[in-house]
Amino acid sequence: MIVKLENIFKVYGESGSETSVPALNDVSLTVNEGEYVAIMGPSGSGKSTLMNVIGCLDKPTSGKYYFADKDVLKLKDRQMSDLRLHSIGFVFQSFYLMNEENAIENVALPLSYAGVGKKERERRAVEALTRVGLADRVKFRPDQLSGGQKQRVAIARAIVNNPRVLLADEPTGALDQKSGAAIMDLFQKLNDEGTTIIMITHDANIAAHAKKTYRIVDGQLLDGLEEVGE
Amino acid sequence: MFENLRLAFRGIWTHKLRSFLTMLGIIIGIAAIIAIVSTIEGTNQQIKENLIGSGSNTVDIQLYQNDWPMDLSYTESPYGVPQISDDVIKEIRELDEVKSASKYNYRQVYDGVYYQNNSMNGGYIKGVETDYFATANLTVKNGRLFTADEQKNFKKVCLVDDAVVAQVLQNEDPIGKILEIGKDSYVIIGVVASRSTFEPVINSLSDYQTYNQDQSGNVYIPISDWPISYRYDEPENVIVRAKSTDDMTAAGKKTADILNANISPTDTSIKYQSKDLLEQAQQLQQLSSSTNSMLIWIAAISLLVGGIGVMNIMLVSVTERTSEIGLKKAIGARKGKIMAQFLTEAAVLTSMGGVLGVASGIGLAQVISMMSGTPVAISWPAAIVAVVFSMVIGIVFGILPSHQAANLNPIDALRTN
Repeated sequence: MIVKLENIFKVYGESGSETSVPALNDVSLTVNEGEYVAIMGPSGSGKSTLMNVIGCLDKPTSGKYYFADKDVLKLKDRQMSDLRLHSIGFVFQSFYLMNEENAIENVALPLSYAGVGKKERERRAVEALTRVGLADRVKFRPDQLSGGQKQRVAIARAIVNNPRVLLADEPTGALDQKSGAAIMDLFQKLNDEGTTIIMITHDANIAAHAKKTYRIVDGQLLDGLEEVGE
Repeated sequence: MFENLRLAFRGIWTHKLRSFLTMLGIIIGIAAIIAIVSTIEGTNQQIKENLIGSGSNTVDIQLYQNDWPMDLSYTESPYGVPQISDDVIKEIRELDEVKSASKYNYRQVYDGVYYQNNSMNGGYIKGVETDYFATANLTVKNGRLFTADEQKNFKKVCLVDDAVVAQVLQNEDPIGKILEIGKDSYVIIGVVASRSTFEPVINSLSDYQTYNQDQSGNVYIPISDWPISYRYDEPENVIVRAKSTDDMTAAGKKTADILNANISPTDTSIKYQSKDLLEQAQQLQQLSSSTNSMLIWIAAISLLVGGIGVMNIMLVSVTERTSEIGLKKAIGARKGKIMAQFLTEAAVLTSMGGVLGVASGIGLAQVISMMSGTPVAISWPAAIVAVVFSMVIGIVFGILPSHQAANLNPIDALRTN
């Protein structure tokens, strides 16, 4: 397995005090290599917190988290950075592309942090852009691209380092229906090619594209899609 | 590193106006410093040239009583001061700093030098060896130098300079004319002049007097004639040509030491001293530098303010780019990478300011030079130091903003968008 959460609690504020809010309440989750998992929940349900914990951006208050058999809670800040760099690809709702840089430069960014040489960076960036279907847009800057194309650039950036897990936070949230559907097709294709995907969303229709779905309600993780969105 | 430089230039270019305004403090500070330093350098070179002449590197070592050169017109030859022996001259010539040396006698002329009805007022008469002229950087313009025979056999011949030709000879052709010196008649055989014409900038009355004194004329007779026309056994003075301008002080001091070691005057206030123009020049230079160093401090304050401006704008930049920083941290950039990126940007920004500042400083110095007439010497080492210093300012004042950027929490940073 690649991601293994055991009895994760995340409490904001001083623990035990009246104002403390448990954002994650005894969450356990296992994701295996090659899986395509969706975690669904309304805003305020703790899904962002869960995504931050899975993405090694935040440490839980208590519990155990193993990422590819590494005990994440014991990692130092620097090691967490390296883990994110090499093993996790992030896709966000609002793309977070650098507007002054073209597609290749945006996609090559993680490679430069990994110390890859300029030529090789460009080669791999073009390769990743080709995988997401943007081979003909490699020199375009974000402001010359549509929303769907921007998200494809962001996805290319997420997969360029060949991460163990692709972590997507509302990947279609800023897109129209058609572009959103195209992104879902792309995710399906990447998953078919072997990429492990964990997607977080509030949209049941989007979540339905995953092979396995969970829902999160008041910080608790439940199986299946039922009873959500009432 | 190259990636950071590329990002830095792109960032600066994206906000052209803002970057320029941020640099302005640095530009003004550096420009002021460069302009001041160039003016100091120019003034110093001018002082040195004014006092020393253009590269003749000659030093006079004369017999002094207290602080004044001894004028032997009015006094007896001082007791205990013998004439300078050949061995002593040889010792002086062997000094490392000395290129050539020659001994001579001199009198200031108040009266007693005539051509027809014209008398020479002021100036000097000097009894010299033939190699005096080469040592003093004088060249024969017209006629010839003394021959060995003339030196040896007390021939009554003399050389004059342009001032004498103009003043005493009324610009007649001097060669062959008879000059009355004391009770003797001397035939003029040549005219000497400084090898390089030297026209000092005269800024004050004392400059004028110093310059004018040198211009009041010299008459040279063979040193062998000195006892006949003046006095027997009169102690000589020495002129030394140093190997370089920087050797002048040492050459003068060492020559004076050798000469003083060979005399034992009963009047202890009498001794040989070098008329060290270089030393005087340096004293004047120090004076002008110290006045201007105040200005440099003021300019340094402008740089400090400029640096704070850079820090301020970098903090704004960090705030603006919170989501960019958050994303970079999320996808795995270590703190050091973020820190390096922002430090590079600050350093590039201030270095550019430094380069622009040097350019405007040079321009400013030229303008000052045109307006006030003071010369300007651009000091390239100072320019390089200025650019490096600007870069250091960027790094120092970039530390706080870069540190702030590097320590942003990616979760918070991404949430702000």
